[in-house]
Amino acid sequence: MSGRTLAPTTRWVLRSNGALVLAFLYAPIILLAIYSFSGSRLPGEWGGFTTEWYVRLFDDSRIQKTIGSSVRVALVSTIIATVLGTSSALALERFKFRGRRVFDALLYLPIIIPDVTMAVMMLMFFTQAFDLVDLLFGLGLSKGFLTIVVSHVAFNIAFVSVVVRARIAGMDATLEQAAADLYANRWQAFRFVTLPLIAPGVLGGALLAITLSLDDVVVTQFVAGPGSTTLPVYVFSLIRKGVTPTINAVSVIMLLASLTLVAGSVALQRANAVRGRNNSQ
Amino acid sequence: MTVLPDAEALETALGEAERRGEATERRRGLLLALPSFAYMILFFAVPLVIVLVYSFATRTSSGSTALEDWNLDAYRKLGEPIVRNVVVRSVVLALITTVLCLVIAYPFAYFCATRSATVRNLLLVAVMIPFWTNFLVRNYAWRLLLSSGGPISSFTESIGLGPTEILFTKTAVVIGLVYAYLPFMILPLFASIDRLDWRLVEASRDLYASGPASFRKVVLPLTMPGVIAGSILVFVPSMGAYVTPELLGGGKETLLGSYIVTQFLTARNWPVGASLSFVLMAVMLVSTIIYFRAGAKNL
Amino acid sequence: MNTRSRRIRRLVPVAVLPMITLAACGGDDADEAAPITESADEPADDEAAAVEEPSEEASTATCEVGQVDGDLYLYNWSEYIDPELKDAFAAEYGVEVIEDNYDSNEAMQPIVAAGNSGYDVIVPSDYMVSIMIDEGSLMPLNLDAIPNMSNLAAEFNPPPYDPDGAYVAAYQWGTTGLGVDLTVLGEDTPRSWGLVFDPELSANFDGRITLLNDPRETLGAALKYLGYSLNTTSADELAEAKALVADAVDRIAAFDSDQYDELLATGETAIAHGYSGNMVVGIDEAENPDNYIYFVPEEGGTIWTDNMAVPFDAPHPCTAHTFMNFILDAENGAQLSEWNYYGSPNEASVPFMDPEFLADETVYPSDRSKLEFITDTGDFETEFSDALSEAKG
Repeated sequence: MSGRTLAPTTRWVLRSNGALVLAFLYAPIILLAIYSFSGSRLPGEWGGFTTEWYVRLFDDSRIQKTIGSSVRVALVSTIIATVLGTSSALALERFKFRGRRVFDALLYLPIIIPDVTMAVMMLMFFTQAFDLVDLLFGLGLSKGFLTIVVSHVAFNIAFVSVVVRARIAGMDATLEQAAADLYANRWQAFRFVTLPLIAPGVLGGALLAITLSLDDVVVTQFVAGPGSTTLPVYVFSLIRKGVTPTINAVSVIMLLASLTLVAGSVALQRANAVRGRNNSQ
Repeated sequence: MTVLPDAEALETALGEAERRGEATERRRGLLLALPSFAYMILFFAVPLVIVLVYSFATRTSSGSTALEDWNLDAYRKLGEPIVRNVVVRSVVLALITTVLCLVIAYPFAYFCATRSATVRNLLLVAVMIPFWTNFLVRNYAWRLLLSSGGPISSFTESIGLGPTEILFTKTAVVIGLVYAYLPFMILPLFASIDRLDWRLVEASRDLYASGPASFRKVVLPLTMPGVIAGSILVFVPSMGAYVTPELLGGGKETLLGSYIVTQFLTARNWPVGASLSFVLMAVMLVSTIIYFRAGAKNL
Repeated sequence: MNTRSRRIRRLVPVAVLPMITLAACGGDDADEAAPITESADEPADDEAAAVEEPSEEASTATCEVGQVDGDLYLYNWSEYIDPELKDAFAAEYGVEVIEDNYDSNEAMQPIVAAGNSGYDVIVPSDYMVSIMIDEGSLMPLNLDAIPNMSNLAAEFNPPPYDPDGAYVAAYQWGTTGLGVDLTVLGEDTPRSWGLVFDPELSANFDGRITLLNDPRETLGAALKYLGYSLNTTSADELAEAKALVADAVDRIAAFDSDQYDELLATGETAIAHGYSGNMVVGIDEAENPDNYIYFVPEEGGTIWTDNMAVPFDAPHPCTAHTFMNFILDAENGAQLSEWNYYGSPNEASVPFMDPEFLADETVYPSDRSKLEFITDTGDFETEFSDALSEAKG
């Protein structure tokens, strides 16, 4: 790999930059992990080691409910947004079709729209839409899980699309042509050539979408229904009374959960690789 | 030098085949795009039109929006000096944030791309994991880190430099914003660098180009899509950011994000909130297109 | 073609998922939504059987005392109700209490006004009550179902922002003032807004002051300092206040409406502009609570009241009425206030409250002559918010 063609100073710079960036990214995380064990309710004051906040978490069904809500919304909306975002990226980068420019511009809007504007417009939209549905079908809908997912997908499609497009744009289109020359049909070319090549972009887009969904506050606040509040909205409303160490504890737990997931998938990948090697033998 | 009979007929036949092929391609493209196109029209464009309509409506004295007495008052308000100041301030802040993110993220993305596949994926996920904690909590953690009673300050005090006073300054805001948007720069950059054909770099070295020259003339132009995507993903939200500037900067300056929120929520002046949002989006859309075209030229 | 059919097969599950979810959600909500739309369209007929009570408007709820018609969906400020009270209510009436929270009136109001919010009881502040009454967002109360309303002290029943007493029941009240660190300011510090606005006085605390990020409160404080009403609609008076605030911005650490008490208690700041109950609770967490005091400056300040109200399309209005009646009960009212450390508007609760608590000046200031309620200034409101934005520069 090209790593070897780099001068030692450059390599040193890259490595230290890497370490510094990771330290920078994790500094606040480490801090909040530490303070999740602090006995004092005041931020920054160490009140002696305690696990009471974690214990409280197990009793607090409200927080658990909001966490569940957040995770469900994030998973569903990410899957939908990744599929739609990837297909958009492919369509825009590889095809010409009528309305392409409009679609292109439309996909930039969710990135540049202020959160609060989107929140207000989705609230108005759902209000009108539900009235209309009620009028036409007599079906009374109300805000809840569905409206949150719909709204999250609405902005996440654009983000996924941007990341995947960056990936495709730098890709060599001739590889797909080569596949075609070798008698692969479009689907085969897509599945065996394009998809593996854009996979990192799709993964990156999906990661971005999950993050944005898990963190969204204002839009969710306006389109959620009673009982479907997500964690960030709940924390936001708690701010007046102070960010108790309980919230820190929640963050730490979510962190550990994600780390476990990652470790699990790495282990899975290793297992698959080994199996693959064994099979091919 | 025609070998084939009736070149004209052949040309027409070829032309038609090409057109038919193009038509199929267009249909395929449309089909591929249709589901998300339809989704975006229904669940984004339509709501957006609703808000656009609101920007021409009137604010009643109790703060709700009356859909009558259509006027341009909300747009006229944009001429006031406060709006200009707010916009300029926000643009400058967003530019600083974007440049810093680029400078920090590029080497990092490069570093990631030059690792083995497992390490690479691990690093990328490691970058995202902190952002799966709560965004507000992260801001409060920074508040703690930067406060004059916090760890950094205690450290500088212990080595004799005195307490730091970073919190509630512009520096704190920049730190907070760079922190918040760094992954948005890292991911697209990585996606782009990862796709780089390293043989081109080796070729340039073989042709006696120095390291920096190879970078400037080969690597950078080829990774331009990533640079552009990352810059957009950082610049745009930074322009509209309001929680971080308020928490870490003390809210002592009015930035565009908080100004728009104020119009919608505090002043309950939805027409102005709407008009501000639209002007903001128009400006950003135009500059995005320009940036994109300029970047594309470098390719 | 292979491509298309494969793609469609992949898309079908994606398309089906939202439809299934829609059907699943639509089912329950249809039942719930139907009564709402019906009652909203035909308020008269059945409901007219309501007993005519002295208040002007007929209520749209034929609820009786203690009647419940479903679970209670409460939309409240964070940590504003003792969980034990919620449990007690749930146990006594056999219903569930589901609570969601908001952090500002202005975030709650559009959600309720848009309709179909799903909430039965909301807790708007004084000025927001008059706005919501104006816009028809509140359901007139059936006072027969809330006999404990008479427990309220006369000044809250009816309150100035609901002169007919038909829409709300006061919940908690408090003041806005300054919390200060006596070790920095000294025991005999002047109790004046000048600590913030007087360049000479506040120079000693440069960078250690926080102000509320609320145009009405912060400009209101400046207006009081200048001797004007904080509900003024005079552009000149507002301009003077704006100049004071603009000048003060250079000396403050931050505009903070949420963490001011913590910043004060951890020593980051010495003067904090904030609400009474929050301040007291925050000070209590400090290492030496006796080093801090809260007061309303001598020039005057804000008195505010939060109220229980019922949205116009509440799905369970009877439960809502019963809940309000429950909270207005003398003993429950006492429990609520002592948990919140805010003032209780409930006269009947007095015998049940700790005398020390009642004597606490921060909660129950004896001199309320210079205190004003914030009232909505209609079209002039935008001037206030613009003034603060411009003062910040």
